[in-house]
Amino acid sequence: MTSHTLSKLIELAAKRFRIEPRTLQPEDDIFIKLEMNSFQALSLLSDLELAFDIEIPDYELQGVKTFQGLADVIDKRR
Amino acid sequence: MIDWTQKEEIWELRLSKKPCNEIGTEMFQKLERFLTEIKGSNAKSLIIYSALESGFCAGADLRELYKEMISQPKDQYRPKMKAFLNRAHDVMNAFDMLPLSTIAVVHGACFGGGFELALTCDLIVAEPSARFCFPELRLGIIPGFGGIPRLKREVGNAFVRDLLFTGRSINAQKANTLGFVSQVVKEGEGLNVARLTARQTAKFDMETLKSAKAFIKRLPEEELEREKQLFLFLFERPNVIEALSRFVQSTDLRSYLP
Repeated sequence: MTSHTLSKLIELAAKRFRIEPRTLQPEDDIFIKLEMNSFQALSLLSDLELAFDIEIPDYELQGVKTFQGLADVIDKRR
Repeated sequence: MIDWTQKEEIWELRLSKKPCNEIGTEMFQKLERFLTEIKGSNAKSLIIYSALESGFCAGADLRELYKEMISQPKDQYRPKMKAFLNRAHDVMNAFDMLPLSTIAVVHGACFGGGFELALTCDLIVAEPSARFCFPELRLGIIPGFGGIPRLKREVGNAFVRDLLFTGRSINAQKANTLGFVSQVVKEGEGLNVARLTARQTAKFDMETLKSAKAFIKRLPEEELEREKQLFLFLFERPNVIEALSRFVQSTDLRSYLP
């Protein structure tokens, strides 16, 4: 389940930031890799909630740094 | 920073102050000028939107507020903040009760004072990227521009507590389900949809709209006043200035996240 979530998450992030999905790795630091500010992070959060049909309270993302970590949070909510 | 245009009886107010339309002294001056102009016009409908990719509005200009506060002796905090709150309430109340239909188009961040501004509008059209949040409790304060009474007017008290006490943000779909967003539209289509909606609302008799609006929307003044008093009480505590200082000095790209 996680691998499916992870690949979908990477696809969505790549789409929003207009980059090649293959350049994103599970253990990459999301903020550093995407050079993402907090406004962009919020938009990505909306993309994820809508795509996975879940709600992710922002505070559950505290300390989450990698795509894999984010995929784990998403899976817990599904 | 902000400008406005009119096409027949439909007016559009565009916000464009980087990084995300933070509301400070200059913004209030412009909004006041805008309000004077639209009140003396034949406008039937108003659309408020942001031209910035970052979002609708990230709230009060905390950097300006902090600089203003620390340049004062501590015994001046209260009168300064009181004057700021009174001004904010006058502007928000004026938007809230404009005698015409008002529509906010929201994408991206709609936080704090920005959320409060959107809540003054009769209708909110949101794009999927929109996120609504009251992060004030993180700083040890509450929303101070009339936001709590306005959100309570639209949704249940339980949800207001959830949003305030957790400081979490919610997306457009959730806001639509809760009822304070009237339409969720495709990304980039908010303004077009708002224009169509504005044209529709402008067809009806304005006296009827004005009466209906006064009947449906008017907030109890004492509740707005209590909010101001509570804000002032909370703001005077030292931990608030410390929290503002941390926020202002932060160079973290994630400063708007909880």
